[in-house]
Amino acid sequence: MSCALPAFAAATRNDPAPPFAVLMELTHRCPLRCPYCSNPVALDSASAELDTATWKRVLDEAADAGALQVHFSGGEPCVRKDLEELVAHATEIGLYSNLITSAVLLDRPRLERLQRAGLQHVQISLQDAEAAGADRVGGFKGGHVKKLEVARAVVAQGLALTINAVLHRHNIDRVNDVIDLAMDLGAGRIEIANVQYYGWALANRAALMPSREQLLAMDAAVRARLPELAGRIVVDYVVPDYYARRPKSCMGGWARRFMNVTPRGRVLPCHAAETIPGMAFETVHDRSLSDIWRDGQAFTRYRGTDWMPEPCQSCDHKEEDWGGCRCQALALTGSADATDPVCELSPAHADVAVLRNHDAAALDSVWTYRGA
Amino acid sequence: MNTIVPHVAETDRLRLAPGVMLRNDRRRGQWMLMAPERLLVLDEMALAIVRACVGPEIGDVAAGIDRLTVEYDAPRTEVAADVLEMLTDLRNKGYVVT
Repeated sequence: MSCALPAFAAATRNDPAPPFAVLMELTHRCPLRCPYCSNPVALDSASAELDTATWKRVLDEAADAGALQVHFSGGEPCVRKDLEELVAHATEIGLYSNLITSAVLLDRPRLERLQRAGLQHVQISLQDAEAAGADRVGGFKGGHVKKLEVARAVVAQGLALTINAVLHRHNIDRVNDVIDLAMDLGAGRIEIANVQYYGWALANRAALMPSREQLLAMDAAVRARLPELAGRIVVDYVVPDYYARRPKSCMGGWARRFMNVTPRGRVLPCHAAETIPGMAFETVHDRSLSDIWRDGQAFTRYRGTDWMPEPCQSCDHKEEDWGGCRCQALALTGSADATDPVCELSPAHADVAVLRNHDAAALDSVWTYRGA
Repeated sequence: MNTIVPHVAETDRLRLAPGVMLRNDRRRGQWMLMAPERLLVLDEMALAIVRACVGPEIGDVAAGIDRLTVEYDAPRTEVAADVLEMLTDLRNKGYVVT
């Protein structure tokens, strides 16, 4: 009858189907300092950020490339005073706008302006189900209460709300409370997102990794609730990589669905791609998004299946998980070309368990907050 | 105790969930439900069902099934079964709400 994204499969390496969405990281600035931030450890400064006119041109190019949605993200996109103007421009050219935010800088008047500009959806991160723990993780006093207030305003205004709940050692035991909170807020969707270890999170892995017992309890709790949640809230459940037996289909496959533009205008196949050595990234000043999407070196390098080593190449799942995550393969094996070692078929899979068990046992490890 | 959420019923009134819109993408030549960070491509039948059964001006699902029964000249019981199954799926995936 109907299915998600069937016509969006990349046709060939250099003749891909259009992207589904463009993630625009308007800034790396953020009032929060979460130790698992997915931004790179080397943050772009405010002075390096693209200006309004350039972001508008990039939006035009995203639509030209065939993208249907734009995700305004960061850092905290609300630090940009031109956010309303950019949303309005996206709406004008037919792009569907998502706002990925910490919400602590939002208030009702600004939400109303964003809605008038055509914003459809707000995704708000929560650091925990209760204020003390949440504010400690975010490094921002009063943040949790503010988020709840804004989340209720989002729903009251008739905008779609997603709660993004990032789980780790210090809050994973409260997964049920987080789900209850999201439902109480009126969210249409919740992302139960176990920390993925890139950027700041990779540096803080020993302070965040949950134990196997915690993981199993969380997994059982979520799966037990899924039937009663059907039709009431959409649950996107990200199984924690280091405890998985099969890799996630990272970004829905390299350069198959998403492009990412950094604050200074680098165009990436995923937000962590800059960690991969020897990869040339073009910027929005070099070529159009269409051109970069089609045959940019970074985009074609891992698109499709030609690049895959064994055991991926002869695996039945290669067009389901697309080889997993390149950045994770790099972080865990030293080579971005390797099979994602989260996969139990990877020769390095046993090493993941060793790392995980080591970090999970490091209970006195203290995290470093994300820098400014 | 877990309770399984019931199927969509003929007496339900459905509308698109917040942030969901019906769009035609001319470039791909496809109708789709655009939704928060995702979309659903609709084939001809799915599009007809959404148009007939979802929206504030539609009335209840039964009215939509009646229209589709006439339009497709098919037995009502068969139409109803297909429609309710698809609408339940759309509801469970968050695209429509009661």
